[in-house]
Amino acid sequence: MSTPSPVLEVKDLHIEFPTRRGVLKAVDGVSFSIAPGEVLGVVGESGAGKSLTGAAVIGLLEPPGRIASGQILLNGQRIDNLPYEQMRRIRGRQIGAIFQDPLTSLNPLYTVGRQLVETIQTHLDLDDGAARDRAIRLLEEVGIPAARERIGHFPHQFSGGMRQRVVIALALAAEPKVIIADEPTTALDVSIQAQIITLLKRLCREHGTSVMLVTHDMGVIAETADRVAVMYAGRIAEIGPVADVIHKPQHPYTVGLMGSIPEFDSERERLIQIDGAMPRLDAIPPGCAFNPRCERVFDRCRQARPELMPAATSLAACWLHEGRA
Amino acid sequence: MSALVELANVSKTFDVSPPWLNRVIERKPPTYLHAVSDVSFSIARGETLALVGESGCGKSTVARLIVGLYAPSAGSVRVDGQDMAVAVKGNDEAARALRRKVQMIFQDPYASLNPRWRVADIVAEPIRTHKLITDRAALDKRVAELLGFVKLTAKDGEKYPHQFSGGQRQRISIARALASNPEFLICDEPTSALDVSVQAQVLNLMKDLQREMGLTYLFISHNLQVVHHIADRVGVMYLGRLVELGDKRAVFGDPQHPYTRMLLDAIPDLQMTGKARTPVAGEVPNPLNPPSGCAFNPRCPKRFAPCDRERPELATFKGRDVACFAARNPI
Repeated sequence: MSTPSPVLEVKDLHIEFPTRRGVLKAVDGVSFSIAPGEVLGVVGESGAGKSLTGAAVIGLLEPPGRIASGQILLNGQRIDNLPYEQMRRIRGRQIGAIFQDPLTSLNPLYTVGRQLVETIQTHLDLDDGAARDRAIRLLEEVGIPAARERIGHFPHQFSGGMRQRVVIALALAAEPKVIIADEPTTALDVSIQAQIITLLKRLCREHGTSVMLVTHDMGVIAETADRVAVMYAGRIAEIGPVADVIHKPQHPYTVGLMGSIPEFDSERERLIQIDGAMPRLDAIPPGCAFNPRCERVFDRCRQARPELMPAATSLAACWLHEGRA
Repeated sequence: MSALVELANVSKTFDVSPPWLNRVIERKPPTYLHAVSDVSFSIARGETLALVGESGCGKSTVARLIVGLYAPSAGSVRVDGQDMAVAVKGNDEAARALRRKVQMIFQDPYASLNPRWRVADIVAEPIRTHKLITDRAALDKRVAELLGFVKLTAKDGEKYPHQFSGGQRQRISIARALASNPEFLICDEPTSALDVSVQAQVLNLMKDLQREMGLTYLFISHNLQVVHHIADRVGVMYLGRLVELGDKRAVFGDPQHPYTRMLLDAIPDLQMTGKARTPVAGEVPNPLNPPSGCAFNPRCPKRFAPCDRERPELATFKGRDVACFAARNPI
């Protein structure tokens, strides 16, 4: 996968929040890369740092959150230290974004057409007529019926699924290289969720767009992603090809996570459960952050923190795999 | 098994008319939202019935009707032989006993616990309301026991809700619901706000409690895998009506209503078998102006002549009840 030079590279990213009671490390040394046209899924539970990582990539980290160290490279160029104005030109043009709630990511006071035209003209050198034509084409492409009339409608006149389609059209407006999609289907009903996943997949394939897909839903990842990174307490616990991570999870946390999803073909009386909860950011245990909940914990886990190491076809941050590659 | 809960032709209509002045001046007609139409089912003692469906299909309204938070516009809800609409208002011994037997667990554990109360007081509230235990020491003991049921400790009772995680809060809600020794729990999306590993903890706990205490559950969820895991029987709702109702193996294993099939097809395939999925078309129509005939007909791949004129009634077919012309008359 890593043979062509990656579109997006994140190197040893640390995000911290200074508080009165000390500095909280929300993301603690995350590295990954996304190849052209690749879909990287990022899963994890609430507070694992997956959305923050996405926000850092598009430069929308909310203060007091800040990148403490590490680099983010887009096509080999650093973007994490760019001034606001420069980042503004990259955002939308080269990195698109899709957020969870389509109602809050659209301006309720402007028609969707105006929002699309504005985005297109900000990034591309098109006159009003051409921008409008492009906006209509985009709406047609994301499957909005009667796009020519709908372009004059306001967001509240669209249903949830249709709104998310508009948001996808906005993200694709300037043909970005990468799209950061943060829980794009979480607010939608299952039947609409399936429509949106299929749409996102098809469009990204057609446009050759890479996607960083942040979600808590392993099913969405299985359907969409090429590779998946499993995050736990601000670090990547496991990263690898999606089929391998799902069928042969290497990190005990991934094993538990997969086992806790109820499935149709199993008649299991009880689900596999991981006891306890993810530690709070101010109480991350020494060694491996997962060790208090891990069934296979041993001395080493409490003393030293494991880095990602080869485990079968994936990489896992777990001492069980030391020296076994 | 005898039926603990019985719904007979229950409907709930909400008046969503414009204000009186607008109706008079602008001559707008009164409008009604039919949230639940003609729903009948029963739940046997010790059984779990799950209701599934998309947003706005009326499943939460059914829950609120059963627990007595809404009064039905038509039809009746009977729990243990007594009319719930009477029991919520009545002040006699029987009505109070019935209220004690029915408890509810809500979706959002952040909104359903009073942030200013200690957990012990939250859990003790139903006991105090129903005057089940008046002795202070016995009450403390009972609260500790209830917290123990949900894998919390007596010490946790001194804390406030904000000191707990989402999963722990949902367990506190369960402890509160169990406080009055109920027989019937209505669970409205109890795990939707939780992460999967925490969801597994709560589902396992609910199953254990059901076995130990012989509880009856009405479980409402939009997540079909969760429903398949926890339920004995399943009812699928669409625009306020039951479209399919039966044993979970029948309904999920061999769905007869095209909507049930569509919901099942829409679930992401975790095993990545690469099996072809029927593309899901369209969206739920506006409930203020539902399509004529079968409400599902505009989205249905099997639609034929009578579907947009007549409404199919629930009828037994292949071991479950299904409301569909096409299922019963395959072309």
